[in-house]
Amino acid sequence: MKDQIETLKRSLIGGQIDRRGFMTGALAFGAGLSLSSSVLAQAEAATPKKGGTLKVGFLQGSTSDSFDPATYNNDFMFVTNYAVFNHLTEFGPAGQIEPELAESFEAEPGAKIWSFKLRKDAEFSDGKKLTAADVLASIDYHRGEDSKSAVKPVLAQIEEMKATDDHTIVFTLSTGNADFPYIFADYHLCIRQAVEGKIDAHSRIGTGGYTVESFEPGVRIRLKRRDGYWKQDRAHFEQVEITTIADTAARMNALMTGQVHIIDRPDLKTIHLLKRAPGVRVETTSGTLHYTMPMHVNTAPYDNQNVRMALKHAIDREELVDKILRGYGTVGNDHPVMSSMPFFDATIEQRAYDPDKARHYLKQAGLSSLDVQLFTSDAAFEGAVDASLLYSEQAKKAGINIEVVRQPSDGYWSNVWLVKPFCTSYWGGRPTPDWMFTAGYSKDAEWNDTKWQNERFNALLLEARAETDQDLRAEMYSEMQRLCRDDGGALIPMFGKYVFALRDEIQHGELSGQWNLDSLRFVERWWMA
Amino acid sequence: MKDFLQTFKSAPPTAWFGMVVIAVIALTAVFAPLIAPYGETQIVGGQYEPWSDAFLLGTDNLGRDMFSRLVYGTRNTVGLALLATAIAFGAGSVLGIVAAVMGGFVDRFLSRIIDVIMAIPSLILALMLLTIVGASVASMIFVIALIYVAPVFRLARASAQSVVAMDYIEAARLRGEGLGWLVVKEVLPNIASTLVAEFGLRFCFVFLFIAALSFLGLGIQPPTADWGSMLKENATLISFGDITPLLPAAAIALLTVSVNFVVDWMLHRSSGLKD
Amino acid sequence: MAKIWILLGERLALGLVTLVVVSALIFVGVELLPGDLAQQILGQSATPETVAAFRRELGLDQPALYRYMNWLGGVVHGEFGNSLANGRPISDLLGVRLKNTLFLAGFAAVISVPTALILGILAALYRNSIFDRLCNVIALTWVSLPEFFVAYVLVLFLAVRISLFPAISSIDAEMSLAEMLYRSFLPALTLMLVVIAHMMRMTRAAIINVLASPYVEMARLKGLSRMRVVLFHALPNALAPIINVVALNLAYLVVGVVVVEVVFVYPGLGQLLVDAVSNRDVMVVQSVGLIFAAAYILLNLLADILSIVTNPRLMNQR
Repeated sequence: MKDQIETLKRSLIGGQIDRRGFMTGALAFGAGLSLSSSVLAQAEAATPKKGGTLKVGFLQGSTSDSFDPATYNNDFMFVTNYAVFNHLTEFGPAGQIEPELAESFEAEPGAKIWSFKLRKDAEFSDGKKLTAADVLASIDYHRGEDSKSAVKPVLAQIEEMKATDDHTIVFTLSTGNADFPYIFADYHLCIRQAVEGKIDAHSRIGTGGYTVESFEPGVRIRLKRRDGYWKQDRAHFEQVEITTIADTAARMNALMTGQVHIIDRPDLKTIHLLKRAPGVRVETTSGTLHYTMPMHVNTAPYDNQNVRMALKHAIDREELVDKILRGYGTVGNDHPVMSSMPFFDATIEQRAYDPDKARHYLKQAGLSSLDVQLFTSDAAFEGAVDASLLYSEQAKKAGINIEVVRQPSDGYWSNVWLVKPFCTSYWGGRPTPDWMFTAGYSKDAEWNDTKWQNERFNALLLEARAETDQDLRAEMYSEMQRLCRDDGGALIPMFGKYVFALRDEIQHGELSGQWNLDSLRFVERWWMA
Repeated sequence: MKDFLQTFKSAPPTAWFGMVVIAVIALTAVFAPLIAPYGETQIVGGQYEPWSDAFLLGTDNLGRDMFSRLVYGTRNTVGLALLATAIAFGAGSVLGIVAAVMGGFVDRFLSRIIDVIMAIPSLILALMLLTIVGASVASMIFVIALIYVAPVFRLARASAQSVVAMDYIEAARLRGEGLGWLVVKEVLPNIASTLVAEFGLRFCFVFLFIAALSFLGLGIQPPTADWGSMLKENATLISFGDITPLLPAAAIALLTVSVNFVVDWMLHRSSGLKD
Repeated sequence: MAKIWILLGERLALGLVTLVVVSALIFVGVELLPGDLAQQILGQSATPETVAAFRRELGLDQPALYRYMNWLGGVVHGEFGNSLANGRPISDLLGVRLKNTLFLAGFAAVISVPTALILGILAALYRNSIFDRLCNVIALTWVSLPEFFVAYVLVLFLAVRISLFPAISSIDAEMSLAEMLYRSFLPALTLMLVVIAHMMRMTRAAIINVLASPYVEMARLKGLSRMRVVLFHALPNALAPIINVVALNLAYLVVGVVVVEVVFVYPGLGQLLVDAVSNRDVMVVQSVGLIFAAAYILLNLLADILSIVTNPRLMNQR
């Protein structure tokens, strides 16, 4: 009977039958009325329901925000972007890549040439149908001399792209890349309408499930569900209102008083109290977000691999996760591949706090003690200064004196990161090892924040990118993780979890964890019970 | 001396209360290292340990002793506010009196500069200057002093102007006394009581101003303990009715109320009103 | 009376000069801030080429003096120009925010000014009574606490524990007046508590100050009632300092409330300015700075004129 009820429940959730059908069926299978009703209630909670006004409070959002996809730089615009626009691909619940505006994509052997087939039913909110010209113009906007876009470096691998017909685009890459479709899920690469081969960067017309009703940068945006969205099972809320609530206490108050339904980044210090508030729940997802302390391997004393190893052994990762992330995270192993990512090698031993070993490595380097400066600011990540202070206390036991040098938050990314030889930083992470390594660890990466130039690593990177045999690839990525961990300049103490809080009436399916809040797509994926 | 003691005896209870609190806080600031059981930034226990014999007021988010931080916070917060106010008063009153005594071009020139400083909202001035020079303790003292020079200048100038019109100043001028003499020996003593009362008020404003700066992330930077940032750090606890944020808030309130009590008493005395 | 007009003209001209100097200073200040808009917006993802491209697009590669004169030229013609960051006309941006700021300031002022004056007069009238002392201690306690602390405590009791008022204000232009008043009640209350105390204490002090003068003594000796003495003999002569302190607090309500705006998510000018400073959006910073400076100068001017008009002695001076 249980199985049959389960099947019925699934058909109800899937929309094949209605409430009435479910009740008749369940009673027919011999389930009691109360059991049937309670299963029905469960199922209904899990069944997307149309309607309602969703109110969201976000930490970020600034008066300088605009719809220009090249300058998106905070969650407020990322989320708005995914509600109003679509992309070629999107992240599924398990971090896998799924087609969105692209109906399908495939590579020729060697993964150098990729062809993407577009959907024919996608329509812009002004009624115009999506064509390949729109996609070409949208991608082109981020390439070229005058681009100010953050995805410019990653698009450099496209040697040529052309439309073979109205709904097919063929990309020719400079080297093979088996993970190429992942790129297009990035929030910068939203698809806009082309007018004479160019997009209007400030246009609000997209193929997404919502249209913009009003937008006051730094204050709030109001979105309205649009009729005839091509995704039938998405975009459930009738209206959505996202407000910037920069003050954390105010954000939590707004959630507790029911003025908003969802908030991001609740204060971890008081999260145990927030959980107890009536009608509120706290949820987490694990993504690829990680916190790093990059050392420049071309600068003394970090040019000595033994010194790097000493520093890597002198940090108590567990304590950092406990005190800085309050348990909302996992320890890092000095390489940027998160356990949820493809090709993560679980057999690599986890590095632990070991002052004796650190001393041993110092001795190998011919030193009895070490004095270094760690440059930091809370601009790097919330708690970066505290993390540095903790690290400094821990390293004392290994004979390492770390002087924590506070830097102003303003201009941290231009004046400290990539400039100072040892600092604190973070990476939102990338979905695949190839992308992550290419962005931050390859020899000519713009953001190679450790100045690391390992020949073997760079050779493997190119080789693995084009390799389509998954076992071989796994082997190569495993070696790269080890190289990064033992030779690289990045001290990666921890991976962070995304934490958000919501009111009980907000429901959702399985969450995708690449970024916060269902990979920033909660507006079109979640619903109100 | 006898007069002095006499005056103190006549002080109302509120003023007494104020003076005692100020004395206790001053002593705490001076002898902070002797009073605090632990170091200012030392990590001595787990996170948020409850109040106990070992940790009088428990520990904070990194496991530092709350009581020790509060004690060191006294030194940092009060020290900074006092120094900034003192500089503002020194510079502001001297400039104000000079402007009043000299008059003419000097007066107009100084007054226009002060007008400009006052026209820029203080929080914005602080925001920009602190971002430019960096939020260190030294730069905070400088910036706050600069902001508060303006109102002090105005008050000093206005009070000095009425004194300057007096005959004895004219007499001193005719005697051929220099500017320094006029400012220090003739005018200053006559407006001192007004300035002292103002000092108390401004000190409180500076105190609250530093707390506001902490709120915007521009105050005294961690790990240095100060009341304003301790309050801000624990602000989310307020919504849950937790008592921790009340401690630094109470400290701030206690000091400013006390200073105002004493100021009230002094104002009352200087006004010459007997009932 | 003609004297007043001359004074007014002089002060206005002077104010104008001050405004220009202020705007120049703010411009220099923003130029001196580390980093610029391009770096600030691109943030961690910036590369040297993308920053350079963005600067070209924004015109930030032009000489600073040229950009300043350009902006000033626009302002003279009543155009504030466009926000660098998102190309929106600054006047649009300012219009809404200015209205919100004035609304909140007005709301707080309408209640707090009369309350403070009445309480101050009563305290002076019944000085050293229980009422006076109670007023004094309560007022002192309120001004002694940082604004944001007062705000959080109000939210705790009036929004979280008992949901009388919303915890965040988020008002917009389409709301009715009643709705706006309801939503902005908590921020207004916070501000009232802060300014009432200050104004009340100064009113009391100013009146008591005058009470010490011989002519009041004289009036008292004539056997007039306390109330009469305070209201008709002391108050008129204490008006000048009272008007000044009221003007000072009104200016504060317009320009100094950024902390309250942040806590209650109230979209006013203060937040806009802080935001613009952190984004290095020079034009917005300057325009808001100009409005604030103008508000300050005008309120002070108004206070001075009023002091003179209400005090014949000052009017016929010199």
